[in-house]
Amino acid sequence: MTSQHLSQALRPGEDILDVDPHPELAGRQARPLRFITCGSVDDGKSTLIGRLLWDTKAVKEDQAATLRRDSTGKQNELGLPDFALLLDGLQAEREQGITIDVAYRYFSTDRRSFFVADTPGHVQYTRNMATGASTADLAVLLVDARAGLLEQTRRHATIAAMMGIRQFVLAVNKIDLNNYDEAGFQAIARAFREIALSLGVRQVTAIPVSALKGENIVTRGDDVMPWYSGPTLVEVLEKATQRTGQTTGFRLPVQRVSRPGEGFRGYQGTVAGGSIKPGDSVVVLPSGVEANVKAIVTYDLVRNAAVHGDAITLVLDRPVDVARGDMIAAIDQRPMTGRAFTARLVALSPDGVVPGKRYWLKAGSRRQRVLVRPTSQLDLSTGNWDDATYLPVNGIGVVELDFEDVAIFDSYETNRDTGAFILIDPESLNTVAGGMIDGRRSKTGRFDALPDADRATVTLPARLLEAFLKTEFARSHAGEIKVTGPEEAEGE
Amino acid sequence: MNVIEHGRGKPPLDPHLKALENEAIHIFREVAAEFERPVMLYSIGKDSSVLLHLALKAFHPGKLPFPLVHIDTGWKFPEMITFRDEVVARHGLDLIAHTNPDGLRDNVTPFSHGSSRYTDIMKTQALKQALDMGKYDAAFGGARRDEEASRAKERIYSFRTPDHAWDPRNQRPELWSIYNGMIHTGESVRAFPLSNWTEVDIWRYIQAEKIELVPLYFAKRRKVVERDGMLVLAEDKRLELLPEEQVREEMVRFRTLGCFPLTGAVRSTATTLDEVIAELEIATVSERQGRAIDRDQSGSMEKKKREGYF
Repeated sequence: MTSQHLSQALRPGEDILDVDPHPELAGRQARPLRFITCGSVDDGKSTLIGRLLWDTKAVKEDQAATLRRDSTGKQNELGLPDFALLLDGLQAEREQGITIDVAYRYFSTDRRSFFVADTPGHVQYTRNMATGASTADLAVLLVDARAGLLEQTRRHATIAAMMGIRQFVLAVNKIDLNNYDEAGFQAIARAFREIALSLGVRQVTAIPVSALKGENIVTRGDDVMPWYSGPTLVEVLEKATQRTGQTTGFRLPVQRVSRPGEGFRGYQGTVAGGSIKPGDSVVVLPSGVEANVKAIVTYDLVRNAAVHGDAITLVLDRPVDVARGDMIAAIDQRPMTGRAFTARLVALSPDGVVPGKRYWLKAGSRRQRVLVRPTSQLDLSTGNWDDATYLPVNGIGVVELDFEDVAIFDSYETNRDTGAFILIDPESLNTVAGGMIDGRRSKTGRFDALPDADRATVTLPARLLEAFLKTEFARSHAGEIKVTGPEEAEGE
Repeated sequence: MNVIEHGRGKPPLDPHLKALENEAIHIFREVAAEFERPVMLYSIGKDSSVLLHLALKAFHPGKLPFPLVHIDTGWKFPEMITFRDEVVARHGLDLIAHTNPDGLRDNVTPFSHGSSRYTDIMKTQALKQALDMGKYDAAFGGARRDEEASRAKERIYSFRTPDHAWDPRNQRPELWSIYNGMIHTGESVRAFPLSNWTEVDIWRYIQAEKIELVPLYFAKRRKVVERDGMLVLAEDKRLELLPEEQVREEMVRFRTLGCFPLTGAVRSTATTLDEVIAELEIATVSERQGRAIDRDQSGSMEKKKREGYF
């Protein structure tokens, strides 16, 4: 079962570049993989990350010495230091013995380097998990082999899927304390795969591990688990794919206009989708003015092309009015522009998200005023979306956004860079929510991420319609499907 | 797509370094665009050298749209100051060097006041003075999350109160690469473009981009004295030897650079970048081991940061 899923995760050539210009720089051939780890205190998450850092030699001797000094009396039976102390860097965390905030860790193997966002597991830290998940390509979900899946496993999986993560690893930890029981492991793996599928995540690898003993983390646990032939955790991470292929055309949110002298005018920003080369036709949004690319200027002289992720300076072939906050986009694959959108939101501040308040919204380099109206909230224990008018802290909801000026977005599903935004409270100036665009709303309130003609039509009897609209699937594919009841279908 | 970059006689960066470079340039541009008075903290060390190089790249073909501030304690290695002045001249930079006048007046030295108080007065307080004098609302620094446990929790935009304090329990959430640059008057942000870099990344980038460094990073026979388990450079007259101490000539280099009495050398034969990197790959101690100020107590970096240290 696992090997089958691994083969899905592999997809040769999708992310690992074939060309290695520096054979001596092993491990640097691919872009770093960003992943998050989720689990509760008792699942052994700190031990797992500590084990990853320890076995890949990311922990140095003096750090280990400090650890040993700080963890007097807390060493485990293998004589290893208390890894949690390595990870929980803040005094308050050490004092309370819990992880409060997202911590970022770095380690590398011969094949790849990794950025880990270590996120706290408690319900009250949903926002921290969402923060860590926002940039991650993969989620490692931890469960205790003896306890199996918990309600919070579903919660973590739901948040991770909603934030756009499409690869899950289920680390079934403390397998040693469960007598390396294969049947128990398989049952947990099966149940988890069902949850993942219901969230639209197909790349799932379940691994039986003992973080404490280091089995199936970096090194194999064949001696004790001869029945497991799948990959170790590190092997899965090394082969995981990245969301490099954005399905939208070229996008350049303009960060600043560079005018060092009379003769030069360049637009600086990071390519947020597609690619660009001199001669390509582009449109400046929201003005709609069209131009051609004259040159891509970087410090390293001239480039013949730029791809997603590149920080560039673009020179156009004619004088046009471009300012910070504008977007330069492919002329034939434009993003959505409009004043009304629908989005999903994670409320990050104790005040929650209040209807009728004029927040600042920042997306890419564009900042503008917005009115936010929550319409439903996700019940993380059932997976249903219930009607709501207010989102409390840690709440996940669907909201309607109404702008005073034109806004420019892609749906989050098609482009994580141009479909994401944050809300800023106009008084405290704090970041109070993270949001993901589902689509544009027309005047009648209907959603139109795709033209109707390009959407799949789903016709349901009235009694199923309501239930269907509350599912995660319906929400996350809202822009791609058109849902109608029987009467409406007949009417058309 | 096959991207060709006509480098300045260099092969293109590998994807890992390219991703880190792109992220840093993005942060530089975002801060420069959103804040009224940005400034870059320049400490002359390897991380600062990388930071400056990235800044030059970010704003090319224009000049840096902000000045550099160097907090000069008066106890830096002399080679650092020489190097700083050369770099400033070569790139036509606007550099402001600041020393805490109160510390000078009270004759505060690492020997007379102990490393903890000395660092507070000559570095933390001096930094606050310099930032206040320039009314800077954003300051770039070269800190990395892999350096120390409390830094692992720090945001890329690290929010500071009007008295420069950091509240680790009340940090702004930072999602995707969307940074919240909105602050009230008097508040400020420390921005860290190198947050996601590791020490190895720094060295590999220096090698790939041919970035010049202070020669102290390379091994040479230097006069040193062993004190509190640290090899202290003994080339400055102000270092008073204790009775049992003896100056020896040893082949040493520095992994980090700070104030010479507080920065330990390591025994090394690495005289080139390749050799330094090779040494680093098998290193078993972290670079901050040579820093006296980190070792005062567990959690001492967090304490200093809360008080306004970088």
